[in-house]
Amino acid sequence: MNISLIVFPGTNCDHDIEYSCGDVLGHTVTSYWHSDAEIGSPDIVIVPGGFSYGDYLRCGALAKISPVMKEVEKFAQSGGPVLGICNGFQILCESGLLPGVLLQNTSRRFLSRFVSLKVESKNTFFTSHLSEGDVFECPVAHFDGNFYIDPSGLSELEENNQVIFRYCDQNGSVEPECSLTNPNGSLGAIAGISNKKGNVVGLMPHPERAVDMLVSMIGGRTGNALSRQTEVNRELFSFQA
Amino acid sequence: MKVQVLVRLKEGVLDVQGKAVEHGLAGLGYEDIGSVRVGRLVEFDVDCGSFAEAKDRASKACEALLANTIIEDFEIREPAA
Repeated sequence: MNISLIVFPGTNCDHDIEYSCGDVLGHTVTSYWHSDAEIGSPDIVIVPGGFSYGDYLRCGALAKISPVMKEVEKFAQSGGPVLGICNGFQILCESGLLPGVLLQNTSRRFLSRFVSLKVESKNTFFTSHLSEGDVFECPVAHFDGNFYIDPSGLSELEENNQVIFRYCDQNGSVEPECSLTNPNGSLGAIAGISNKKGNVVGLMPHPERAVDMLVSMIGGRTGNALSRQTEVNRELFSFQA
Repeated sequence: MKVQVLVRLKEGVLDVQGKAVEHGLAGLGYEDIGSVRVGRLVEFDVDCGSFAEAKDRASKACEALLANTIIEDFEIREPAA
């Protein structure tokens, strides 16, 4: 697959994507700078994490008006698959490609840890080869990951099956009120969503940081969780139809 | 024409920053201060002839960038001379 990677001043997860999608999974990854007015002819666009424009004004607010995002928007509107991770998710929400917004974590802390995620929908290019109900471990690293949307927006998300990941405990139990398993306070413990069509996906966790056994949950919890979760994180980026 | 834009989280949206400030104040003995909300003040000049025009431009700028209207309200003011 040809992946176009969108890089802004302050993006810092672009190398993680190059490594995971390029070196580990064998995709061709080409980077485009915020001021570029083109994104090549990709199969997939990835907007990676970081602190675009220093998070000035609001996370993702300044990135959404950069020239390269006009091209990303066109690509998304024509049905092209777009994936936003962490700050990339915030940018896609700000640009209106995804509904909702990411508020500050309720804990008032920067969260850097592993979380358990439950697959809620396999209706997207990113999750199509997983099973609904699958639980896997994935790192998070953010200060503004508290997903928020108004009540009518939330019911629309739920009705259209647009929630794709929720934070959960290791057994897959989702408890939105629990600060251990829903560490940033997201509404409905939502960790990732898609647009209605399913071609735009955003999530706060960083699966690209967990595709390699070397950095995936060493000293982790239960026996087979270690290899299994690396496998799931890799599957996400395999992008097979 | 000088304009001030006050951007605030909508009522009902959790203001984590406000909560932190409130706790900080309480720690300094200001337990009588509650319901703290932190907003953002943006000031700028609009090149036009009247405040009404400036307000209209500022309002469009808020919708386009300065506020995220999913979670924030904005108020446009003429600064005191």
